[in-house]
Amino acid sequence: MKLIKFFLTGILFGIVMTKSEAVSWFRIQEMFRFESFHMYGIIGTAVVLGVIVIALIKRFGGITIYGDPIAFRPKAMSISRYLFGGTIFGLGWAMTGACPGPLFTLVGHGTSVILVVILSAIIGTYVYGALRHQLPH
Amino acid sequence: MESLIEFISQPWHWSISGVMIVVVMYLLLWLGGEFGVSSNLRTLCAIGGAGRRHEFFNFNWRNQLWNLAFVGGAIIGGYIAVTFLASPEPVQISASTQSYLQSVGIATPQTLEEGRGYVPTEIFNLETLLTLKGVLMLVVGGFFVGFGTRWAGGCTSGHAISGLSNLQLPSLIAVIGFFIGGLLMTHFILPIIFSLL
Repeated sequence: MKLIKFFLTGILFGIVMTKSEAVSWFRIQEMFRFESFHMYGIIGTAVVLGVIVIALIKRFGGITIYGDPIAFRPKAMSISRYLFGGTIFGLGWAMTGACPGPLFTLVGHGTSVILVVILSAIIGTYVYGALRHQLPH
Repeated sequence: MESLIEFISQPWHWSISGVMIVVVMYLLLWLGGEFGVSSNLRTLCAIGGAGRRHEFFNFNWRNQLWNLAFVGGAIIGGYIAVTFLASPEPVQISASTQSYLQSVGIATPQTLEEGRGYVPTEIFNLETLLTLKGVLMLVVGGFFVGFGTRWAGGCTSGHAISGLSNLQLPSLIAVIGFFIGGLLMTHFILPIIFSLL
């Protein structure tokens, strides 16, 4: 029952990713070429509203559907891990035109070749897990 | 009902899309989860047995099934969006991006017959996958997405949306990294890849 609620939220997410056009490889090209405001508008609106919503949750003690307090896990401070890891992801984002959310959404579009990209992303995650002790964090 | 579906089927204004992403983030928090898609790649490694070789994957992945249910839903949502809520026109890309892409041999669909404008058919097909260009764009690109997001501890959803909304400095650094990588690729490396036969 719990999983069904997440599944339904995921359906909404897939619709939002598609209708927002954030799944579009062309939109990501446009964004990195600074030739359209579209993606900046989406992310900017989400961040501004997100800051307000999370501040309200913290201020008024938001609770989950099960009555537990909504908890946030602060991320451990570091520069190298976020900067280097982020840069590698950015390279891949500009190539595939898809961050992980759109990767899965595109499967539903019937873009079968995206399965290869997802498999590569899983392998990339595995290689990170194997090499992580050699990488700066 | 029909006019409602017609209304939703139009391309959404960016502000509506931004609001809906926050609705999704809130729903996940309310359900006791969090908004971060790339962790699923780690979970999939763990389910595949990677925990036997590397402790990074040695965790109880059953606690992460909610997130897999979420991306399973995203696949169905993608199907619903292009099947029942399809836009009456392809994604409208700016003229300057279109003319640049034209110059490197990638056509932007002008009609629905040519495509919906989500992925360029010149690259996203199985034949191209057998060429150097295809391997670089799809296989290496996908590898970078998986490797980079896990090193950075999150992707667009976990850092750019959840992390920045929670005023996390690490997420700001990660997003700066996303753009360093994206700009390097778009302006310096992709032009070389596009020139490959």
